[in-house]
Amino acid sequence: MSTSITRAPAPNDRLLPWAPERTGEHTRPPSWDAPPPTRERRRASPFQPLRFLALPLRLAWRQLRAEKARLASAIAGVMFACVLVFMQLGFRSALFDSATALIQNMRADVFLMHPLTTASFKPETFPRARAHQALALPDVQAAVPVYLAQASWRNPENGSKRAVQLIGFDTEAGVMDFPGLAPLVDTLKRPDTVAFDARSRPEFGDMTRLLKERGPFEVQIGNRMMEVTGLIEIGPSFGADGNVVLSEVNFRRLIKERQVSAVDLVAIKLKPGADLEATKRRLAELLPRDVVVLSQAELVKWERDYWEQATPIGFIFAFGSLMGLVVGMVIVYQILFSDISGHLREYATLKAMGYTNFFLSRAVLSAALILAVLGFLPGLGLSWLLYDQVGQATFLPLNMTMDRATTVFLLIFAMCGLAGLLAMRKLRDADPADMF
Amino acid sequence: MRSIEGAPVELRDIGHAYGTGDLARPVLRDVNLSVGPGEIVLLTGPSGSGKTTLLTLIGALRAVQTGSATVLGQQLAGAGEKQRVALRRRIGFIFQQHNLLGFLSARQNVAMALELDGRTSEWERLERAGAMLEAVGIGDRAESMPANLSGGQRQRVAVARALAGRPGLILADEPTAALDKQSGGEVVRLLRDLAKRQGVPILLVTHDPRILDIADRIVAMEDGRITAAEAGASAAG
Repeated sequence: MSTSITRAPAPNDRLLPWAPERTGEHTRPPSWDAPPPTRERRRASPFQPLRFLALPLRLAWRQLRAEKARLASAIAGVMFACVLVFMQLGFRSALFDSATALIQNMRADVFLMHPLTTASFKPETFPRARAHQALALPDVQAAVPVYLAQASWRNPENGSKRAVQLIGFDTEAGVMDFPGLAPLVDTLKRPDTVAFDARSRPEFGDMTRLLKERGPFEVQIGNRMMEVTGLIEIGPSFGADGNVVLSEVNFRRLIKERQVSAVDLVAIKLKPGADLEATKRRLAELLPRDVVVLSQAELVKWERDYWEQATPIGFIFAFGSLMGLVVGMVIVYQILFSDISGHLREYATLKAMGYTNFFLSRAVLSAALILAVLGFLPGLGLSWLLYDQVGQATFLPLNMTMDRATTVFLLIFAMCGLAGLLAMRKLRDADPADMF
Repeated sequence: MRSIEGAPVELRDIGHAYGTGDLARPVLRDVNLSVGPGEIVLLTGPSGSGKTTLLTLIGALRAVQTGSATVLGQQLAGAGEKQRVALRRRIGFIFQQHNLLGFLSARQNVAMALELDGRTSEWERLERAGAMLEAVGIGDRAESMPANLSGGQRQRVAVARALAGRPGLILADEPTAALDKQSGGEVVRLLRDLAKRQGVPILLVTHDPRILDIADRIVAMEDGRITAAEAGASAAG
């Protein structure tokens, strides 16, 4: 029997209708052919964010998990980028921190500085009279001039010479403070005494040990023998490998050519309860234009800006971070891309089954973000370890901060996301029409 | 949109060409074909006769160029991507290769067909996928990965996946091509039995003479045209 090809064959009584859920065939036992949820119920279902994100995420995770070696290399790639960025940002901030170590440890409320001073190691001097003029304001309790200079320090162990930063000011006035200075105030009143920065580089000699062994002893600074009576803590900075704090009078004894009237900084202490901003404004109005009035934070920023802007340091580390991110992105892109091209048939099958390109895109992006998280965590741990090790080896203050961890995570997240977006384009090649 | 009037598949004057302009190469000309409810239609013909193109058109995997094609009540001529994707969800596909996702177990592969369905819970999906695998006779291998299954078993999983979403139509492209005689025969008979139970029509492209007996109707194609149609063994018997 032959039927016309254009005529629909008569419905066969032996067959069930082709859409049983539309024809009341709901009563069959709940086996594999139990009726699925009806259209109506489905349509009524609201947008489900969990389904929207969780299903592609699960698919991505299952796919990543299936190929352990590939997953491991992807994680290693992200981790590499992560560590690289952490180290670059760490070095950058450590260098800036150490560049400003001296300033950061000068504790006073307000500072006066010559506007042409770019960095603390090469200050412009201004008249000492500004310190006295500042006292005109009732809110100013005290103002002390600060003298900065460099002199050669002879290592007491091996006799080698090295430039050391001298900070001379009235240590008794209690206007400016350094960590560890308070118990030394009395001994520093004696002639030819200094306090040495215990965190100076080791080339100056292990003063901590020597002081413990010998008690206070004499060291040659410039052309004079000075007695080291105690230790303070400042840390090396770009301009200075080591620091020495001494009284104004001793400073003058040591640096004879310096005129007393020419000071490098003035540290000001305000009366308790004084308004810092208002006092700063009034000081700026009161004093001639040869000084700028800065809070301590502003002074640190001034110094930091110099190193950021006048040197290529900032650029170098930003560039290094960028390179790390680019390399990481290429690795993640490669992994995702080969994952997609290796599974084109499967992706095309999913499309034929009615999965949208958008669903698969979400799966690819999920895979990228899973890699971001999986690579970031060990990267964070490794960086932490490296910070410790490298910090000890280089005397740089490398510290893991919440801020930096967040920044790096966001960078890595963006890096993986971008790689995912690029890899997604390959999904278009998964054409279900080519499946047959 | 989901009318049950008329046949599940109704093609009128379908034409299709690959390439454009002078290079256009017609692969389908004036094809008229309809598949009735629950009918099993086999499409045979030499390679290049346009069977596969016809199947992709019916499966909404390709845009219809000329003519009119109504599949499960959806007019495909001029239908957008969104409508076509929606239609695909109501069609079960079985390919030459099983095309299972290698990183999912048999049960998870079948469940993938159900995840598209709105409000089914994960438990329901896996339960139903397990039941489907029972129905195709490999319930005991539900947790196996495709790599650990034989060719016949994989194609059974593919059949379970195609049927799990309770499609209104099944399109199969040489489902036995990659299988030996025995497992190939078993798979198509299984497909026929399950489809008949659900009343789902099947359009199956095949070269395999050994499976012609499952057909209600056999349609032969050549050079982009339907040349002959005859009742299959199943309908005759």
